[in-house]
Amino acid sequence: MPTGGAVEQVREKAELIDGEGLRRAVTRIAHEIIERNGGGENLVLVGIKRRGYPIAQRIAERIREFEGIGLPVGALDITLYRDDLQTISHQPVVSGTDIPCDIDGKTVVLIDDVLYTGRTVRAALDELIDLGRPKSIQLAVIVDRGHREIPIRADFIGKNVPTSKREVIMVKVQEIDGQDGVSIGEMLG
Amino acid sequence: MIGHRKDLLGLEDLSAEEITSILDTARTFREVLDRPIPKVPALRGLTAANLFFEASTRTRLSFELAEKRLSADTVNFQTSGSSVSKGETLRDTARNIEAMGIHLVVIRHQASGAPHYLARILNAGVINAGDGTHEHPTQGLLDIFTIREKLGRVDGLRVAILGDIMHSRVARSNIWGLTKLGASVTIAGPCTMMPAEVERFGVTVAKNVDEAIEGSDVVNILRIQLERQRAGLYPSLREYARVHGVTRERLRRAKPNVVVMHPGPMNRGVEIAQDVADGENSVILEQVTNGVAVRMAVLYLLAGQHAPAESATEATPTVETVKR
Repeated sequence: MPTGGAVEQVREKAELIDGEGLRRAVTRIAHEIIERNGGGENLVLVGIKRRGYPIAQRIAERIREFEGIGLPVGALDITLYRDDLQTISHQPVVSGTDIPCDIDGKTVVLIDDVLYTGRTVRAALDELIDLGRPKSIQLAVIVDRGHREIPIRADFIGKNVPTSKREVIMVKVQEIDGQDGVSIGEMLG
Repeated sequence: MIGHRKDLLGLEDLSAEEITSILDTARTFREVLDRPIPKVPALRGLTAANLFFEASTRTRLSFELAEKRLSADTVNFQTSGSSVSKGETLRDTARNIEAMGIHLVVIRHQASGAPHYLARILNAGVINAGDGTHEHPTQGLLDIFTIREKLGRVDGLRVAILGDIMHSRVARSNIWGLTKLGASVTIAGPCTMMPAEVERFGVTVAKNVDEAIEGSDVVNILRIQLERQRAGLYPSLREYARVHGVTRERLRRAKPNVVVMHPGPMNRGVEIAQDVADGENSVILEQVTNGVAVRMAVLYLLAGQHAPAESATEATPTVETVKR
């Protein structure tokens, strides 16, 4: 598991999903969220920084298009809830959490780019529960790559990708990376 | 971590980038303080010792609160009722505390340089909470943070610092920090309370309080430090109030949206008039709230160096954290 001790060198091997494919995955997840919850009543979308947040905004945009409702979209920075802060030598940069509404009694859909060990989601759940008392929390991810270390599963998945631990999944979004898509790479050295 | 530092001893040796990174981090913690549960688990497992060899209410409370809001364990030490009154040296006190497994030491001491001495002999991170007449870096940082939150920038602002410059560690930390970030600082006060060669700090010395306030964006009013006063620096508190005290009348010379600051505790009616202290331009209570956020940022950034499990000191990631 990468510990944040150093930035790994990564060689990109193949593109798994192109920009169009990412758009379709986001659209499908948006429909599934509305279907599962019987509409958008009481829903709040919360993206885990950094890449979960632009994905959450896109899901909200899709829902606005086909359902005609604007859902609140929040951003969660889980840095202060990480379980490895004590084992890395450099404190990660914190960029702040911004949830635009009260989450008490709401159904929160937590959104991230990749689901891997589950530790990021664990941290996000802890932070959400400190922020309020949602009625329920669901999880949506673009890629589930396996290798869970704690018992967490996603409710909405764009694509299941079997990986080895030496591989890296890179979800790219226009807002941060200048392009859309998902590719698989390999750690060097 | 602030740069590659283990300690925060003063703003004089920080770069503008380091100061800015602390202020940016403090912003996140300011938001944490507004949450229903204003506490995050970031420093779980770490222990901080607050060593106060000199009286303090707000700084000690502020540090303790900051530590608790980050889930660190805290122990407090005050001179009265401690072994210091039995003749123990600073070195022995500190070494004993370190032997108890403390990771971060917050120290206030009447001797300038005491935190620097501790930083040299201890592996723990040392944070200067005020040393003699030298520096009070977290106060400087919280003042600058408050200015930046209020006015949106620091660069290009005119800041007046008024009062007892000579005895004021708050003034020194403010001057270092503000000038590094591009503000122009003007100071004024009784000439008996101006340090020699004060121009070397890169500040303008005004003839009097009125001249310093003229056109300023920020007025930071220092406390008359009755406990540090040697006899004869000024005739009486009444005269001080009349000649150097900041009144509503005097404040008219500043910009209309001037930010009025005071590090506390205030001597109302002496260096600051009642209606200025409680006036609409006063941010004195915001300074106190911001102080907790700024101290959380400093503790958080220094804590990376002091993990309980002796961890690697390898080269470290720059910006983004690796998510798992």
